[in-house]
Amino acid sequence: MFSETIELRGHIIDSLILPKVLDQILTHGANFKIAEIKIGKKRADQSFARIEVSAETSEALDELVLRLRQHGAEVAKPADAQLAKAPVDGVFPSDFYVTTNQQTFVRFEGKEIEVRPAMMDSAIAVDRKKRTARAVKFFDVSKGDEIVVGHDGIRVVPVQRSTSGTDLFQFINTIIDADEPKSAIIRELGHELQRARVTNAKIAIVAGPAIVRTGAGQHLVRLIESRYVDRLFAGNAFAVYDVERALFGTSLGVNPDLAFARGGHENHLRAANTIREAGGIAAAVRKKILNHGIMHACVRHKVDIVLTGTIRDEGPIPGVTTDALEAQKVMREKLAYVTHVLLLAALQHSLAVASMLAPTVKTVCVDIDPSAVERAVEHQPLQSIGLVTDVEPFLRELAECIAESEAKPGDRKKQ
Amino acid sequence: MRELLLCPPDYYGIEYEINPWMSRARGAEAALAQKQWKELHATLLKLDCKIHLVAPQPNLPDMVFTANAGLTVGRRFIPSNFRHKERAGEAPHFARWMKEHGYEISWLPDDLYFEGEGDALFNGDTLFCGYKFRSDIQSHRAVAEMLGCLVISVELVDPRFYHLDTCFCPLPDGGAVWFPAAFDEYGQRAIREHVPELIDVLPEEAMHFSCNAVVIERDIVLPEGAPKLVAALVDRGYRCHELPMSEFIKAGGACKCLTMFMPQRQEP
Repeated sequence: MFSETIELRGHIIDSLILPKVLDQILTHGANFKIAEIKIGKKRADQSFARIEVSAETSEALDELVLRLRQHGAEVAKPADAQLAKAPVDGVFPSDFYVTTNQQTFVRFEGKEIEVRPAMMDSAIAVDRKKRTARAVKFFDVSKGDEIVVGHDGIRVVPVQRSTSGTDLFQFINTIIDADEPKSAIIRELGHELQRARVTNAKIAIVAGPAIVRTGAGQHLVRLIESRYVDRLFAGNAFAVYDVERALFGTSLGVNPDLAFARGGHENHLRAANTIREAGGIAAAVRKKILNHGIMHACVRHKVDIVLTGTIRDEGPIPGVTTDALEAQKVMREKLAYVTHVLLLAALQHSLAVASMLAPTVKTVCVDIDPSAVERAVEHQPLQSIGLVTDVEPFLRELAECIAESEAKPGDRKKQ
Repeated sequence: MRELLLCPPDYYGIEYEINPWMSRARGAEAALAQKQWKELHATLLKLDCKIHLVAPQPNLPDMVFTANAGLTVGRRFIPSNFRHKERAGEAPHFARWMKEHGYEISWLPDDLYFEGEGDALFNGDTLFCGYKFRSDIQSHRAVAEMLGCLVISVELVDPRFYHLDTCFCPLPDGGAVWFPAAFDEYGQRAIREHVPELIDVLPEEAMHFSCNAVVIERDIVLPEGAPKLVAALVDRGYRCHELPMSEFIKAGGACKCLTMFMPQRQEP
């Protein structure tokens, strides 16, 4: 969405110039917001209106503004963003502008530049020569980089709610509680993911150990095998749980197939050791040491696996990024073109991912803990669905729904 | 007694084309133009007007259309900023003449086009201003600031009626003669809201420049060819003086275009 602020002065009420300008904005498919209006008190007093005009493309906006100028509209000349140099590496100048995850524009030398990518809780660095603006984290900033300070020359465009009648996210941006029905929503989500597949969307899964522990791994494997997963974000523990399950049938010593069986952490450590010995998950698959499970399916189906570590990790297994800053960088990079994210029973990891998402990314958060769902959904208030439920029935139903639809691809069209 | 500024058509002719009426190929007949102008001059004299003449200048054929010299209110004269370079040369001659005759000259900023009384007509204490073809709406605001009066800006949409005085003629009783189709929808609504009694001119009569009339109290001097309008005006108690204007209509002007009030209004 591109916008420009115009100003109208004169006897714009008596001459009906104001309604004419507003009507023209709408008939050209653009929108307006009256930012300020002052109506003359006496007969000869002139009136004033400041109007923000927004249009889909910059060409449409230019053409419209040109038309409106005929009727006396003047383009307001907003101030450029103020820039200050980073005093040392890793430190922003004081009063630096803190970004949201919304689309943001910076006015530089009279022109607006879009901040790319949109990233929340960052500063904005402007490159004068390239005329580009990017969101930067502390570790990204070097001494002398020019950083936006204050609020002048910044424009934030909130994501518009989808108006497509087929979009699941059009109506739902809230949380479905534990005692509410979920089947219809899961079915719709399945269809949304199918549509996404067709349009080359990128689907990411953030997976928590509960997937393995509840025995939902097999359902996730079905999604991976049907090519509904492009990237998998998880911690070291998730991978080791999955390997333990694949190698020994247990996860953290518990066999999900037995009602009350108990075991120790032994299998968990043995699983980590096996992968370390093999030289990593992909190597273990190649050497036929790891023959099933989620990680195996990811390797077989070329799903991009992004594993990051925590302090409590055993191992870690090769391929896990343990440097927290490096992990942030890798995650951001891998999230850049993602369009749909399923945050599945992984509170900390989900919050980390959600904070890195562009506002246009459609997000589904599933967790048994209502507060975890609430916190994750907060990041994407217009594009998210939260489901308070055990992850196993969710994944089972989603996998079944997709399998049914894949088997009868014509059915949707007939409906 | 109303004072008027006219300019003899000594150098008048169709030497360029800046509106749909003008055709250099067709041209205007000089002798007939002289005759028609003299008849207008005589009619206005007969109506007890005091007529001032500005000296015509070679290469400025349209100087005869003094309504576009500027706008006079009280002793203040706001000279035009002509949109077309062909007419821009007229401005200093008019300004000099007005200054020599004791008027205070108030120039508009150079970048605002404004074509004087042609696009600015008082109806009571409201100044109606036309825009788009010749004057910019921005100039209306500047004029409103200079004069401290209410200005109703109306958009002109038919290039044949490129000045306000070709399609709108205020009457002393607060009403006006107009050709509605020359205005956009908003302009029509604004005029209807501010002018209580409007006399619509039919398209075939508007083509004879019937709205381009000089109103001196109850006397209206207008081009011939508008019997229905004349009947409507007579019905309202006006005396109509119909004049042949064929040679000036060829340049897109008639009685009113050939006349500027000095002043159009005493005080804003």
